[in-house]
Amino acid sequence: MTDLFHILHDYGLLLLVGQFPQGPLGGLALTLCLAVAGLLISFPLAVLVGIARTSTHTVIYLPVSVAVHLIRGLPVLMIIFWAYFIVPLAIGRSVSALTTVLCALVVYELAFMGEVIRAGIQALPKGQIEAARSLGLNGFQVMRRVVLPQALFHMLPSILNRFISLIKNTSLGYIISLNELTYSAYQINIQLLTKPFQVYTILAVTYFLICWSLGQAMTRLERRIQARRERTAAYVESTIIASA
Amino acid sequence: MLSLNFSSVLHGQYLHWFLLGAICTLLLFAVSWVIGFLLSLIVVAVRSSGARFLVAAAAGFVGYHRNVPELVQLFVWYFGVPQLLPATWQQLINNTGNSEFIFATIALSLNVAAYMSEDLRSGIRSLPSAQLEAARALGLSYISSMRKVILPQALKVAVPPLVNQSLGLFKSTSLAMAIGVAEMTYVSQQVENESFRTFEAFAVASIFYWTVSFLIMGLGTVWSKRLNMDGTR
Repeated sequence: MTDLFHILHDYGLLLLVGQFPQGPLGGLALTLCLAVAGLLISFPLAVLVGIARTSTHTVIYLPVSVAVHLIRGLPVLMIIFWAYFIVPLAIGRSVSALTTVLCALVVYELAFMGEVIRAGIQALPKGQIEAARSLGLNGFQVMRRVVLPQALFHMLPSILNRFISLIKNTSLGYIISLNELTYSAYQINIQLLTKPFQVYTILAVTYFLICWSLGQAMTRLERRIQARRERTAAYVESTIIASA
Repeated sequence: MLSLNFSSVLHGQYLHWFLLGAICTLLLFAVSWVIGFLLSLIVVAVRSSGARFLVAAAAGFVGYHRNVPELVQLFVWYFGVPQLLPATWQQLINNTGNSEFIFATIALSLNVAAYMSEDLRSGIRSLPSAQLEAARALGLSYISSMRKVILPQALKVAVPPLVNQSLGLFKSTSLAMAIGVAEMTYVSQQVENESFRTFEAFAVASIFYWTVSFLIMGLGTVWSKRLNMDGTR
C-alpha cells in the first residue's frame, strides 16, 4: 500500500501531464484531450452517417452501410494499423502518432456513433415527419428543425456512452508508442521494474474512476430524460382530454 | 502508385505464419467465449442470490471490467498478477511455454463474462417475476426453475446482445498482440516488418477478420430469427 503512495508521489505528475511544461503533453491529459477531440470531430460526421443510414436513396444508403459494416468488422488495432499506413500516403507527408490514433478513433466512432444516431432517428414516430412535411417543411428543414433536435436529445446518454468507449480506446495508442496514460504507466513500470502490480493497479484505478463517474452521470441523464418524456406525454394526454 | 502482389505474402513462411495466426486467434476466441459464457452464468446467479456481500462483489467485478480498458486489464494480468503468485505457480505457468496465451485467455474471458452477465441479467429482468414464482410453486428447485424456465426464455431475449458481445470478443483477441501472443494482428505486423508489403499484409489480416466477423453477425441473425419463430409457434 505504501508502494502505491511512493509511486504516486514520484511519478504522479508524469501520469497526469507527461513531461508537459518542458516536453510534449502526455499522460492522463493527453488521453482526455484525445478523447474530447475524437468526440468533437466524429460527432458532426456521425450525424451525417446516421442520416445517410436512414436514407431511402440507395445511392446514399448502400455505400455508407457497407462502410459501416466494414469498420464494425475490424478490431480497432487493425484500423490504427491502416491509419498508420494510409494517412501519410493520403496527405503526402509523415504524421505523428497522435494524428494516426485520432484518425483511427474517429473512423471507428463514425461507424458506432452513426448507428446510435440512426437508432435515435428511427425511434421517432413516423407521424412527426409526416406532420412536418404536411406543414410545408422540406426534407432538410424536417431533419434540422424536427427530427435531429429530438433524436439527439434522446440519444445524449448513448453519445456519452460512446465517449466513455473513446476514452478506453485511446489506450490503444500504446501500440504505436503514443505517450498517453497507458504508455506513461508502461514507461514508469520499466523504470521501476519490480512493482508492475502497483503501477498497473494505479493505471486501472485511474481509468475506472473517470469512466465510472461518467457512467454515473450517464445514468442520471437517462433518468432525467425519461422523466421529461413522461411529463410531456402526460401533458399531451391531459390537453387531448381537456379539448375533447 | 501501389502495385499489389498478394502472392508475395501468401507463400512459404509468411503463409505459414498467417495460418498459425488465424488458428491462434480462433482458439483464443473459442476458449475465451466458452469460459466467459459459463462464468457469466455464475455471475448472474451470484448477483441474484440476494446475499449482500456476494452481490456487491459481483457488481464490483462487472464494474471493473466495464470501466477499465481491456488493454489495461490484459496488462494487469500479464505484468501485474504474476508478481503476486507464489514462485512455484510462476514456474508452473512459465513451464507451459505460452504464458502469454494463458493470461490473454484469462483476461478476455473475465472481460466478456462481465458484459455477457449484464445482457443475461437484462434478459431475465425482461421476464415477469411471476414466471419464477410459478415455477417454484410447481415444485421446481431454484436451480431447475432457472435452467428449465427462466434461462431458455431469457436467452431468447439476450441473443442479439450476446452475439454483439461475441463479435466484440472476437475483435478484442487482437489486443493480445500487446503482450506478445502471435495472433492474426501480431502476425500481420510481423509479415509487414519482414516483407515491407504493408498493404498486402494488413489486407490479408483484415479479410480474415471481416470473414469471421460477418460469419458471427450472420449466425446471430439466423439464430435470433429461428428463436423468434419458435416463440410464435
